[in-house]
Amino acid sequence: MAAMSGPLLRAEGLTRDYGGLRAVDHVDFTLQEGEIRALIGPNGAGKTTFVGLISGRIRPSAGRVRFMGRDVTALPAHRRMRLGMAYTFQITSIFANLTVWDNVALAAQARRGAQGLAEATDAALARVGLLDRAGQVAGDLAYGHQRLLELAMGIAQAPRLLILDEPTQGLSDPEIRDFVALIRDIARGATVLLIEHNMDVVMQLATRITVLNFGAILAEGAPEEIRADARVRAAYLGG
Amino acid sequence: MTGRDRSGGTRAWGLTVAVLAALAAMWPLLPDYNQITLARVMVFAIFAIGYNILFGYTGLLSLGHALFFAAGLYAAGLGARDGGLTAVPAFLAGILAGAGLAAGVGALALRTAGVAFMIVTLMFAQAGYLALLYFNEWTRGDEGFNLPAASRTVLGLELAGADMRYGTALALFALATLIATWLARSPLGRVMVAVRENEARAAMLGYDTGRVKLAAVTISGAFSGAAGAAYGLIDGYAGATFASVQYSILPLLWVLVGGAGTVLGPLVGAVFMFYLIDLTSGLTDAYMLVAGAVLVLVTLFAPRGIMGEVRRRVARWLP
Repeated sequence: MAAMSGPLLRAEGLTRDYGGLRAVDHVDFTLQEGEIRALIGPNGAGKTTFVGLISGRIRPSAGRVRFMGRDVTALPAHRRMRLGMAYTFQITSIFANLTVWDNVALAAQARRGAQGLAEATDAALARVGLLDRAGQVAGDLAYGHQRLLELAMGIAQAPRLLILDEPTQGLSDPEIRDFVALIRDIARGATVLLIEHNMDVVMQLATRITVLNFGAILAEGAPEEIRADARVRAAYLGG
Repeated sequence: MTGRDRSGGTRAWGLTVAVLAALAAMWPLLPDYNQITLARVMVFAIFAIGYNILFGYTGLLSLGHALFFAAGLYAAGLGARDGGLTAVPAFLAGILAGAGLAAGVGALALRTAGVAFMIVTLMFAQAGYLALLYFNEWTRGDEGFNLPAASRTVLGLELAGADMRYGTALALFALATLIATWLARSPLGRVMVAVRENEARAAMLGYDTGRVKLAAVTISGAFSGAAGAAYGLIDGYAGATFASVQYSILPLLWVLVGGAGTVLGPLVGAVFMFYLIDLTSGLTDAYMLVAGAVLVLVTLFAPRGIMGEVRRRVARWLP
């Protein structure tokens, strides 16, 4: 891994307005290499907008984003992905009419071109346990397998930063258990930023937690600190 | 697309080569009339292959491809008439004109999407058609003009004979088919399909989807221009009719009937439509009515086109 001084990702004064509504309000945010950071907060707190700003899907109204020491604020999303980000959508977004294999191959090709494509694709599929379904049409997969497919695409992109927007939403408990193990495994090679509503998952996975409320950071710290934080409890309980 | 990348490859190429070999085997057997007709159909199939790259693979519906066909036709025709170009340079000029114009139109039209893209491409093509009529002195747009005989020889052989027309059309069609098959299986082809299927996801994988779409428009324009130039050189005639809206609709029909996003669909669609009209017009004056009814039936029972249905029902590996 290339030597890099400073954090993997830094957001400075990141702001996004929608008309009169300020969805994200001057957020300063730092992510260190190797973290699993959970982003939590009540519905409408601005979590998805915030990761949209980080990934470049959404343009900021103000503020800057630095990734691997480089100012990427002006770069469109596809350029940021090329630099080493990967992003999975909150609502499953795959190429439903293509095969499982082609879905992952597209992800691998974006990163490495045609060279070693088949090997990288097979390896990513094997890691999530979908290799035996490689020839199936992706849209025919069960929902849980589609979420796994998205993870395989993320793995195939070989990212430095993997952004997951509610990856366990709609999964059964056993599926969630496998998912947690898988994300932990991925995190050995990449920094993970995940939005998550399931607090069990957050507490099992996160090395640090950031709590967003009304578009601003309410609290940030280790899981046990966040659990004990009175302001966080109040925000969740509607105090 | 194929299942896993490595499977289906040989069969896909095998089928393509077999169809080309069959067309070559028919060459000495066909009477002159059918040679001339099939030569035209193969040239139109090149046009359809170009259209299919944009519509079938990339998912962009253009209503302005007559402009790129006419660009190739007129670049070759005027190049031969006024510039004294021989067949090969005239043909290359046609490819360049089609690709160049498509890149320009694409750069502007791709600022829009969906229905707006259809309208903008239609408007560009209409502007091109009207320009050909407006500059009638030079283009002979309304009655057309014949290409000088000197431009219609390749390697000392005259293109005018039925034999040579078929041979030339077949050679160009074979080349276009092989390039299209290769493109469909190339990394770029894979990304074009990704843009068609889910553009937002493709962008979030790191693909510059705007550039992919512009590349598809340009390649599509190059094939269309090549077809236009080939048509002019083989038939020896250029006229503004080929820039009219009818010639923007026809490639869409051929591709829809033959099977969008399949390598052989453009040929199958063009052959089917051409002979449908040819045969029915020999039986009845109401041949367009029959053609229309058949189109409705095909759309009802084979919504993915003929080759699309074949792929769905029997041969998933079909390219």
